[in-house]
Amino acid sequence: MGGGLVAAARGLAFCLAFSGLTLAGAAALLAAPALVLAVLTYGGALPGGDHGVVWLGVAVTLVPCGVLGVRWVAGLTRRLAGKWSGVPIAVPYRPDPGGEQTSRWSRLRRWTGRLLADPATWRDLLWTAVNACGGCVLVAAPAGLVLYGLGAMVALGPTGSRAPDLPAPAAPAAPSAPGPALPAETHSEGLIHWLAIPLHPGSLTAWLAIPLGLAITALGLWAGRRMLPAYGVFARSMLGPTRQAELALRVRHLARTRSDAIDTGAAEMRRIERDLHDGAQARLVAMGMTLDAASQLLHTSPAAAEALLAEAKDSSVKALAELRDLVRGIHPPMLADRGLSDAVHGLALDLPLRVHFAGELPGRPPAPVESAAYFAVSELLANVSKHAGADQVWIDISHAGGVLRIGVTDDGRGGVDPARGTGLRGVERRLAAFDGVLAVSSPPGGPTMATMEIPCALSSPKTSSS
Amino acid sequence: MRVVIAEDLFLLRDGLTRMLEAHGLQVAAAVDNGPDLLAAVTADKPDVVIVDVRLPPTFTDEGLRAALEARRRMPGLPVLVLSQYVEQLYARELLAGGTGGIGYLLKDRVVDSAQFVDAVRRVAGGGTAMDPEVIARLLAHNSGDGAVTALTPREREVLALMAEGRSNAAIAVQMVITERAVAKHTASIFLRLGLQPSDDDNRRVLAVLAYLNR
Repeated sequence: MGGGLVAAARGLAFCLAFSGLTLAGAAALLAAPALVLAVLTYGGALPGGDHGVVWLGVAVTLVPCGVLGVRWVAGLTRRLAGKWSGVPIAVPYRPDPGGEQTSRWSRLRRWTGRLLADPATWRDLLWTAVNACGGCVLVAAPAGLVLYGLGAMVALGPTGSRAPDLPAPAAPAAPSAPGPALPAETHSEGLIHWLAIPLHPGSLTAWLAIPLGLAITALGLWAGRRMLPAYGVFARSMLGPTRQAELALRVRHLARTRSDAIDTGAAEMRRIERDLHDGAQARLVAMGMTLDAASQLLHTSPAAAEALLAEAKDSSVKALAELRDLVRGIHPPMLADRGLSDAVHGLALDLPLRVHFAGELPGRPPAPVESAAYFAVSELLANVSKHAGADQVWIDISHAGGVLRIGVTDDGRGGVDPARGTGLRGVERRLAAFDGVLAVSSPPGGPTMATMEIPCALSSPKTSSS
Repeated sequence: MRVVIAEDLFLLRDGLTRMLEAHGLQVAAAVDNGPDLLAAVTADKPDVVIVDVRLPPTFTDEGLRAALEARRRMPGLPVLVLSQYVEQLYARELLAGGTGGIGYLLKDRVVDSAQFVDAVRRVAGGGTAMDPEVIARLLAHNSGDGAVTALTPREREVLALMAEGRSNAAIAVQMVITERAVAKHTASIFLRLGLQPSDDDNRRVLAVLAYLNR
């Protein structure tokens, strides 16, 4: 009952707010070409003499204003459809391609051109027209029914204000038109005639108005609940991205993440090559030379040879340590051995913080996802220990509904801006390759909560072979 | 002293065998996988087992699991686990039983045969041998919680060396203090960690465990 009432009221709000606004937006948009047309028709002689130029300017600026107005209304509808109708609608507009801009005038021109070239703009416009004509009526009808039913009860019931000796009018009023604001007489006559109930003043039929009114109100409430989602779907069909636009967006996203992934991979390769070249490789060369020198000194000066051998042994230990660090950076052994949960736990144990770890995965994500998630957490934890000034950190890992979710929360000073730190951008890029996302909440004064989500399936856990 | 080795790389297995035999230890069996290790442990009843963390067929933590399984079958069986990497989590799992006879060392340590054999003997004798790298990474913590924070820096230093498996005498040499001073420190550590005076070796393991679990 309450839900139905709210639904009906929201439908009415949809209708009232948008029909007016969208009409205004559409008018502004249409005014511009009309003005331009007028100017062209008048030829060289602009209407209003010198003022013609001003009119032309007004016309040109009206176009973007109109488009923005329509977009604003469409955006509001999208948001409210998500909130009220439970039908989230994606924003279909093409993104700004960027590029260098010259003067302010050309910037405005290019911007206007882009707005007009975007099919979504024209679909928005079509929406304003269709919504104003039909959509709004649809969504407002339940509210009308509720008010109509209540009004009928008040006006027709035994305590109603109907004049008992009023003659019946010749033609019945349209059923959908009346509202509670209409005079009671006209209203009641219309309803009664429409339902073909003989009207006897003060008779039993007056009582009939009560169940009738209740039924109409109930119908309104029932319809309200169903109409709101239907309206959401209707809005999405016109305001949401078309299949083509969706695919275009997806292609753009894939192209960007793919090139990011390749760049990251190439940079990683370069780093590994450099590390090997400057580290283990160099040490092995030095070790070979030391061993060679030792073998030459073996007979002439055994003591010196022994010192050189000890040096070679040290070199081998150092080379091993360097290789170990390198391998840890490529693919952590713990990740290979035990999977993400334990690897992250192990990572957390190395932090100079108090760590609260929770979470166990019932299986293992695909290896690339595991690796990306591990290094993403690693980056987040490095940020926490370097910048947050935190004493404690909470890590939780879970997998539900086909999404791997990892939260890292610290009690540090907060105020992290994801747009500024290159580390967080790196994490986002790493996750984006798997359609994963990172959300950071970090009010000044803390706490900082970072949550990453990666859609993936888990493989069944490895069966113990021992 | 009889040793069973489980290591899948032939060169290392062979090298370990020769090194241990050169130091007067007897290698009862040298195998290259987990199930064979369990069979050898049951058949040969060794004094100590040396096992690589990664063994076929999965090449993950097969060796570690085989070692823990062997200890389940023969409680108190001394086990020395070798790995290219040391992980605190593995160290905890190995020590979780709270009993001694556990070693966890980097493979690099075999380079110094005298120290390595010393560690093998220590583990066989029921002591512990934690790799200095595990300890070093623990020391990198500048804050922590639990009973360990109640220790003085000096006591922590002693505890770290104790975790490596050093005896009081060795700790005294390392820290350039008298053995009596070390004994005083260890008594204080046991007290602060709430470890009852019982078998000293066992208390040393428990202290290390408290250290790892902080």
